Amino acid sequence: MAAVSTAVARPSGLWLAFRRNRLSWVGLVLLAAIVLIAALAPLIAPYDPIEQHIAYRLEPPSAEFLLGTDTYGRDVLSRLIHGARISLIVAFAAVAIAMVVGTFIGVVSGYVGGMFDQVMMGVLDVKLAFPTLLLGLMIAAILGASLENLIIAIAVTEIAPFARIARAPTIALKQRDFIEAGRALGFGPLRIMGVHILPNMIADVVVMGSLWMATAIRTEASLSFIGLGVKPPTPTWGGMIREGFENILTAWWLAVFPSLAILLTVLALNLLGDALRDAIDPKLRAE
Amino acid sequence: MIRYAALRLVLAVPTLLGMLTVIFVLVRLVPGDAAMVILGEQANEAALQALRSKLGLDQPLYVQYLDFLGGVLTGDFGRSLASGRPVLDEVRFVLPYTIELTAAALGLGVIFGLLLGVLAAVRRNQAADYLGRIFSLVGLSFPAFVSGILLLLVFAVELGWFPVLGGGGEGPAAGLRNLALPALNLGLIMTAYIMRVTRSSMLAVLGEDYIRTARAKGVRARQVIMRHGLRNALIPIITVVGLYFGTLIGNSVLTEIVFNRPGLGKLILGALNTRDYALLQGLMIVFAICIIVVNTLTDLAYGFVDPRVKYK
Repeated sequence: MAAVSTAVARPSGLWLAFRRNRLSWVGLVLLAAIVLIAALAPLIAPYDPIEQHIAYRLEPPSAEFLLGTDTYGRDVLSRLIHGARISLIVAFAAVAIAMVVGTFIGVVSGYVGGMFDQVMMGVLDVKLAFPTLLLGLMIAAILGASLENLIIAIAVTEIAPFARIARAPTIALKQRDFIEAGRALGFGPLRIMGVHILPNMIADVVVMGSLWMATAIRTEASLSFIGLGVKPPTPTWGGMIREGFENILTAWWLAVFPSLAILLTVLALNLLGDALRDAIDPKLRAE
Repeated sequence: MIRYAALRLVLAVPTLLGMLTVIFVLVRLVPGDAAMVILGEQANEAALQALRSKLGLDQPLYVQYLDFLGGVLTGDFGRSLASGRPVLDEVRFVLPYTIELTAAALGLGVIFGLLLGVLAAVRRNQAADYLGRIFSLVGLSFPAFVSGILLLLVFAVELGWFPVLGGGGEGPAAGLRNLALPALNLGLIMTAYIMRVTRSSMLAVLGEDYIRTARAKGVRARQVIMRHGLRNALIPIITVVGLYFGTLIGNSVLTEIVFNRPGLGKLILGALNTRDYALLQGLMIVFAICIIVVNTLTDLAYGFVDPRVKYK
């Protein structure tokens, strides 16, 4: 029964955080706007993001091309709008995979305990020691550049923190009476882990997800900038900066606008994640 | 202290072994025949065979693994496929540039991060605190290459204060001018990280009873904050600096690419472009060792800052 009461108590805490922390609203509105732009990309983009207009190469921002055009005469604004899709899809899919796999590892490892737990945590420590970008870079380079491989590479870099977050409460919970009662009733370990332990940490895991999505967006942009992202001509923010960087001395708008798009998206996720984390951290809530 | 240090060193061994194993496995995951990836589809069978035996690819996997570990132990990190030179020689040539950059950034980050963090904690919920928190949030949101490009555009291209794309001439003065912007870029991000943890760590410590006692005894405010406050707040700060060292290395790779600086980052980019997996593998080993060394130093620093740690 404790499982139910703690799970229900969370939303009111969330609501409190949103009421108290005005910056979190900025994050929420910004993120909603970016998601909406990505969803409606074909409807709101003024031009085709891939179509080349050779007569209009490297046009500075103007009334016709609000954010200018690139070396192939493609409209920067349209590419930026469509690029939001790739960034969000990659980050969301990568975090979702990392969340599911990491939480599974954490719960099972914490529940089983013993040598198995020791070995799993040792493996995760090794993975945590690798810098996110370098591990992602190595996996992306080895698998080859594609949307799926990019998602896999970023997901692998983010599994360990989710496993950590899920393991600690599992160890605390498995000694509680209601788990013991479940075992006495003859519930199998899968049912206990899935129905009685998992719901108690889902809020923490989701909050971590919003913060790690910010990291995933940054990693995707960085890998695309290095040249390990989704292949051109598909517009991606990191890829646009990569192409724009070659013309940095003559056409500043090529690199600056996608840079701002990445910054705003990561900032929105961080603002939101911070507020959510404050909301579920009982130490901060009591203040 | 010596026993504590020795124990930390011993504990670093399994982590290093684990990291080396991950690197070994990852490089063997290259799809298809590694020799064909290197030589191209058109390579003839004899050349492929020769390369396979040269790389040891015709050996059983466990022999390759033991050879690999033995090589790392004896300082043989393999040879670059593109240049044919040992990886360590390639690294030795550019390492000073990367160390110079990361050390400068770390220095900037520690000085300004501690300063701003303490200021924000002491002036909690005042203007300085809000400004500092907004700065650190924005700083944490920048991918390193994005902030680098913006700095480059404003200070090098528009204002012309610093050389563009590393073209700054010779000598120590020019070297410093070349270092300034990249170090500032990495330093700002490091400052944001350190400021954030310093603020929260100081806030926790300043609420302790011994701080109130010190104040009640009439100890001067500055001394309460620095001696009684900051000294006790240092452990989480050191943890974060140690943890973000990996991020710092990743960011330095991006920064070196943006500012066209020689260093490990440019070496990685070259290895990626020429599909030089041997060089990539060697570089990852170098990074792994750097990280283990820093993690161990971080652990040792705990014992230095807080004598209680040694006896646990």
